[in-house]
Amino acid sequence: MLPVAAYLALSAVLFTMGVVGVLVRRNALIVFISIELMLNSVNLAFIAFARQHLGIDGQVIVFFVLVVAAVEVVVGLALIVEIFRSRSTVDIDDVDLLRG
Amino acid sequence: MITPPVVDLTLILPEMIVLGVALLVLMADLWLAPERRGYLVAASLAGVLAAAWVAAGAADGVSFAGMYVRDALTRVGQVVALAATGLGVLVAPEYLRRYNLDRGEYYVLVLTAGAGAMLMAASRDLLMLFLALETLSIPLYVLAAWARGNARSQEAGMKYFLLGAFASAFFLYGIALLYGETGTTRLPDLTSALAQQPAGISAAAGVGLLTIGLGFKAALVPFHAWAPDVYEGAPLPAVAFMSVIAKIGAFVALLRVFPLALGALADQWTLVLGVLAALTMIVGNLAALAQSSYKRMLAYSSIAHAGYLLVGVATATPPAASAVMTYLAIYAAMGTGAFAVAVALERSGGEADRIEDYAGLAGRAPLLAAAGALFLISLAGLPPTGGFVAKLGIFAAAVETGSVGGLALALIGVLTSVISVYYYMRVAYVMYAGEPDQSGGVRLHASPLLNLALLITAAAVVYAGVLPGAVTSFTQQVGALLSRL
Repeated sequence: MLPVAAYLALSAVLFTMGVVGVLVRRNALIVFISIELMLNSVNLAFIAFARQHLGIDGQVIVFFVLVVAAVEVVVGLALIVEIFRSRSTVDIDDVDLLRG
Repeated sequence: MITPPVVDLTLILPEMIVLGVALLVLMADLWLAPERRGYLVAASLAGVLAAAWVAAGAADGVSFAGMYVRDALTRVGQVVALAATGLGVLVAPEYLRRYNLDRGEYYVLVLTAGAGAMLMAASRDLLMLFLALETLSIPLYVLAAWARGNARSQEAGMKYFLLGAFASAFFLYGIALLYGETGTTRLPDLTSALAQQPAGISAAAGVGLLTIGLGFKAALVPFHAWAPDVYEGAPLPAVAFMSVIAKIGAFVALLRVFPLALGALADQWTLVLGVLAALTMIVGNLAALAQSSYKRMLAYSSIAHAGYLLVGVATATPPAASAVMTYLAIYAAMGTGAFAVAVALERSGGEADRIEDYAGLAGRAPLLAAAGALFLISLAGLPPTGGFVAKLGIFAAAVETGSVGGLALALIGVLTSVISVYYYMRVAYVMYAGEPDQSGGVRLHASPLLNLALLITAAAVVYAGVLPGAVTSFTQQVGALLSRL
């Protein structure tokens, strides 16, 4: 059986990939997917820690995170679709009306 | 054998009132004729007032398996959040009708965000804090994009959403690390667990990630980049509301996490928060100097005010905690008021966003200009307004500690406040001495509700400045709570 630390390492790697994706990619949808990857890497960490502490709290938290992630998808996709309808692009470098 | 957790629904009566009214407004909007939307506004205001009345008098208690607490910080935080929510409702109706954005869901989102801030004030558990933070944030993303057809509003909503969700993920990873280190997410258990063992690197990283998440909501430098763009693009009443409510939620949560839960580890985080506070005050005020847009200037001003508030959190003494709540209460009035002045004006086809749009306002609308000048004087922190009392409380608490850091923060605070006088007074000067636009490009829009909001905020700013005891006697219970630890 793999030690808990292996799952935590995988979680950290996935989280970092998510952060890099948000910072590097320019398509709003890919940025959004990277954020979802970050949230799910945190879920993995919660489950690994729950296993380590032999508790159930960490597993329960995952369900709450899933619900919040679903709510964010609803709002986020609505915003991105609205932008695509009016500009036919979701590249965040092209969406730049606001600057100082 | 599993014992079901204790659930005391009477404890969350204020939240239930606000969310109940939000659901009622959502349903009623379906069949109410458009010209009767005034009832939705009335219902929202009645709900906010009822909830504030209950919250101010409710007895202390802990429930929901220890996740929810009602204590002095809950009481003060919720009353301030409800005041901001009520003002957020008042400034909106006329603007929404003017730009054909009048839909009942606006008030639903305002009430839901208000309930999120109330729950943040009552969180005794990091998971609960995360859920409350999202309940506050997600409606604000929608409010920023409320002018659906407007490309700038869409862009504001998307930027706010993407960066907000990004920050939430950091916040959540912080919770996971602290849970891994201690096996709990309850704040009091976290306190005792971290007091027993020397705080490891992952606990420190966890606290750091929590700070990033909350720092984003509060628009602290260097997590502030979203604020000017979002404030510039979002509709004015939404900005008036979000700039205040997000600060209330974030700073009440910072008080809960740092002085209250992690007070024993103060020597490890005061320096970090102090540096963030100094950076926020300096960057916010200097950037505000260069702005030609009224909304962008107020955005940087709100960043600067987050810096002053963070000085209070970093100081972490009982008087400082009380001063933070006093500051939030006064900021709710002067921040909303400053944006409400802009709501009353319109440049042909859009918001009166340029500072020159305010030229000669005193000649055309003396009362509106007087209110605007009052809010600007208060934001600058000059006596005899509430803003002076708010800043004095924070800086006095920082100096009282006698530490070099406290003195340095107070000094930076005073110096940056002096800088801020320039950019606030520039607008007030334009209002009184500027040549009015003869082409009639800037129109005035008076409405009873907006006038009421301006009257309430102006009266609150003057009252808090002349008789500060009225505000501080209510907020000092937060300091008493901290000193009992």
